Amino acid sequence: MAVANVSAHDVSNHDHHDHEHKDNFITKYIFSTDHKMIAKQYLISGMFWAFIGGLLSVLFRLQLGFPEMDLSFLRPILGGWIDSAGKLDPNFYLALVTMHGTIMVFFVLTAGLSGTFSNFLIPLQIGARDMASGFMNMLSYWFFFISGVIMFASLFLEKGPAAGGWVVYPPLSALEQAIPGSGLGMTLWLIAMTFFIASSLMGGINYITTVINLRTKGMSFSRLPLTIWAFFLTAVIGLLSFPVLFSAALLLVFDRSFGTSFYLSDIYIGGEALPNTGGSAVLYQHLFWFLGHPEVYIVLLPALGITSEVIATNSRKPIFGYKAMIISMLGITILSFVVWAHHMFVSGMNPFLGSIFMFLTLIIAVPSAVKVFNYLTTLWRGNLRFTPGMLFSIGLVSFFISGGLTGIFLGNSAIDIQLHDTYFVVAHFHLVMGAASFFGMMAGVYHWFPKMFGRMMDEKLGHVHFWLTFVGVYMVFFPMHYIGIAGFPRRYYSWTNFSFTDMYTDLNMFVSVASIITFVAQFIFIFNFFYSMYKGRKASLNPWQSNTLEWTTPLHPAHGNWPGEIPSVYRWPYDYSKPGAKEDFIPQTVPLSATPESNLPHENKLVQLEKEIMAEEGDVLVANETKES
Amino acid sequence: MYGLLISIGVLLLILVIWMVYRIQTLISVAKGSDKKIATTSNKVNAILFMVFLIGAGGLMFWYSFKEFDNYQLPIASEHGIVTDRLFWITTAVTGFIFILTHILLFWFSYHYQYKENKRAAYYPDNNKLEVIWTLVPAVVLTVLVVSGWKAWSDITSPAPEDAHVVELMGYQFAWDIRYPGPDNQLGDYDYRLTTATNSRGIDFTDKNSFDDFAAQKVVIPKGEPVLFKIRARDVLHSVFAPHMRLKMDAVPGMPTRFWFVPNKTTAEMRQELGDEEFEFEIACTEVCGNGHFSMRRVIEVVEPDEYRKWVAEQEPFIKRNPELVADLPAELKELADIYINEE
Ligand code: HEM
Ligand SMILES: [Cu+2]
Ligand SMILES: [Cu+2]
Repeated sequence: MAVANVSAHDVSNHDHHDHEHKDNFITKYIFSTDHKMIAKQYLISGMFWAFIGGLLSVLFRLQLGFPEMDLSFLRPILGGWIDSAGKLDPNFYLALVTMHGTIMVFFVLTAGLSGTFSNFLIPLQIGARDMASGFMNMLSYWFFFISGVIMFASLFLEKGPAAGGWVVYPPLSALEQAIPGSGLGMTLWLIAMTFFIASSLMGGINYITTVINLRTKGMSFSRLPLTIWAFFLTAVIGLLSFPVLFSAALLLVFDRSFGTSFYLSDIYIGGEALPNTGGSAVLYQHLFWFLGHPEVYIVLLPALGITSEVIATNSRKPIFGYKAMIISMLGITILSFVVWAHHMFVSGMNPFLGSIFMFLTLIIAVPSAVKVFNYLTTLWRGNLRFTPGMLFSIGLVSFFISGGLTGIFLGNSAIDIQLHDTYFVVAHFHLVMGAASFFGMMAGVYHWFPKMFGRMMDEKLGHVHFWLTFVGVYMVFFPMHYIGIAGFPRRYYSWTNFSFTDMYTDLNMFVSVASIITFVAQFIFIFNFFYSMYKGRKASLNPWQSNTLEWTTPLHPAHGNWPGEIPSVYRWPYDYSKPGAKEDFIPQTVPLSATPESNLPHENKLVQLEKEIMAEEGDVLVANETKES
Repeated sequence: MYGLLISIGVLLLILVIWMVYRIQTLISVAKGSDKKIATTSNKVNAILFMVFLIGAGGLMFWYSFKEFDNYQLPIASEHGIVTDRLFWITTAVTGFIFILTHILLFWFSYHYQYKENKRAAYYPDNNKLEVIWTLVPAVVLTVLVVSGWKAWSDITSPAPEDAHVVELMGYQFAWDIRYPGPDNQLGDYDYRLTTATNSRGIDFTDKNSFDDFAAQKVVIPKGEPVLFKIRARDVLHSVFAPHMRLKMDAVPGMPTRFWFVPNKTTAEMRQELGDEEFEFEIACTEVCGNGHFSMRRVIEVVEPDEYRKWVAEQEPFIKRNPELVADLPAELKELADIYINEE
């Protein structure tokens, strides 16, 4: 361990010198290998995609809330997708839903969230100069970029982008005869996702190696901030599950283009019987959800990690049950691989499998519940500062509860018969995954903005943004529970064909209006973000009085993060309001030997050990200096 | 025109945000409050959490009760009573946790808001608590799962021998309905045999098919087991009969099934709801393309006698269209002719 650290210091020191001399615009802002710049690239891209994804949802909410509306005014943007009567094309409606889902799940909440905060925080919080491989990290971003360009281009195809839902189940996604979007649009979807998977894998490998190998002296796994634990486990999940999505996609490519029959069997379409036999459409669903379920935790875990950090800091209290939090995240990581078929209770798979997956699914609710209780106990008897980051974290906990509880209905296969593919599911996953992760991301941006740009975002605008969004999200998704219980199916262009769904026009209108308000409210954030980047109040070095390492860097850390030695770590990151201490926080870099007044009994024993380490550190410093001169 | 209006609107919005922003920064700088923590806005946020708790909680209760009859779909199958009971038990359990955790979340946020001279408690862990709140959810969930599992096993158990068979075949964008006729045996099919006159690809060399007949509605008897044999011809579809609490995907190349016992006739349901137009419906819940939202069929539940009478009145495929069996080998043709010539 010590050896790895020393050599890492060395190498990156070199890096550091190099860069100060030859950074130009391109290497600094575009093909940067600095994790901080790459993080910002991910963040800005994520914001761009969130805007696109949100805009698409506003378009289809217009259709659902105001089915009679004349949409001709959208013709300048949508062209032929608006017919002569001013109505949205049903095929394009499906394309909108599909692209909205794909963009939000993968581009915003996977790349935008993990990409931003894993990149930004891992080196800063574990005390490393940069990622294990800066070059691969840069490649990871640019693969994501290419993926985005391809996906974006597919929006403008004459026959439209992919339209089979974000899960792109074959045969619909395999047969161009079935829906126009399954032509070139689907091809581009598959290519884009291939680049995306490659990008995720490169990012993930980097996160994992960095966390394992480049922690600074004293930063044992039991002293890692929960953010890092979350990013680490997220990367592990991604590394194990994305390749399966790749294989699912690859077989789909074969079926589409090379006449194989992995997923296709006994199909008569467009007046013609296809030659494919022996394939299984359900096989694709197994492969897809083997990624798909872990993916929802890939999206959620980083948000939970960020929340843990933000809540602890702003409650001025240690996170309650640090070990329990880690164990529940480990539990979620492992269990997330064995619950996938709960998405397939009524897919026609063997009902016995359904029973097994029902048991496994409800087990995963236990660690989720533990996390909620731990957050609540962290707030209990705290001294809460409602920074925007804190507000968004509390909002996340609320969404996580609301959406997690409906998971208990859906995980029960008997109840899921009725609820599957209705708006109840839409409500469930938008709250627990969409809104919760989005709020985690927002909490992260507000909390680490000062470290990213050296300035503060405006608090009051942050508060307004929070309340509008928090109330807005509930107004959009809470009514969907009722709509779902009433049996309204998902991905319906219109509900007037059925008498059991020929109601709730008022409620759907309400949801649509709420979604537009919530969407517009995000511009407060956009304004705050870009305005504060240039004009915000100058941040102090540790504006939230936080314990973690990133706040020990200069206001504008250069490539390499710390100008001198990387600080060593002597304690866990949650020493807030420790009895006896003068301040209500003790940064990780403060040795136990410097705080005899607040040490707990077992910590006093560690003081001796610590002194030895510091002596050793001194030797290394001397050795380094002699080497360099 | 709209474009212009929208851009003006957006511009105005940005201006307003900017003005508000400027004014309040100036004020906070003037008051020197930008360095304090226990500000009014901290207090306002704390209060807003309570307002939200009470306001949103109240709205939820009010709407849930007021609208109950609207979102609660009437049940028309025996297993539906069981699954709905499970649903409402789960609602009670999760509803309790939902309310409890939210009261705690927002109450703590309000009550423990920042105070200058206060210090938070240093309370990093408590193993007893952790164990309790791991075990309690585990036990509660186990109870829920076991009851769900029992229901699920019953629902998915093999259909009784005497169940009335109905075949539903999904295609873009409708359901084709086929009955096995008096022998209660559906004839074989092969998708390669599909033609304009034989849209289900029925194999008429199988004599079980001779008495098979088509229908425009799913007619089934009340109180007797019914077995839906489900398949798809082109892409995935899913049979959803909301009042029956029934859903099952239709998969090309892999026939699926779902059996149930309807427990209310359409007429009874009409009377109960006071709605003369009421029909049980089938919808599609697996996205299948352009017309996904319009794959409607009606289920008519009737008294068993009425059902038998209706079945007896139906004409087999081959009677309606003798062409279908024109090329059969002689002895099969003879058999088929019996059905065709039957009165
Ligand atoms: C308390 C634990 C949870 C349980 C028991 C649970 C259970 C389920 C079940 C059974 C379904 C399938 C419903 C259906 O299609 O009929 C489902 C859907 C879904 N869940 Fe959860 N869930 C839980 C938590 C989560 C979390 C934490 C996330 C995300 C962060 C999540 C995201 C999703 C998504 C995205 C879908 C829908 C996917 C789709 O069909 O498009 N769930 N959940
Ligand atoms: Cu899942
Ligand atoms: Cu459909």
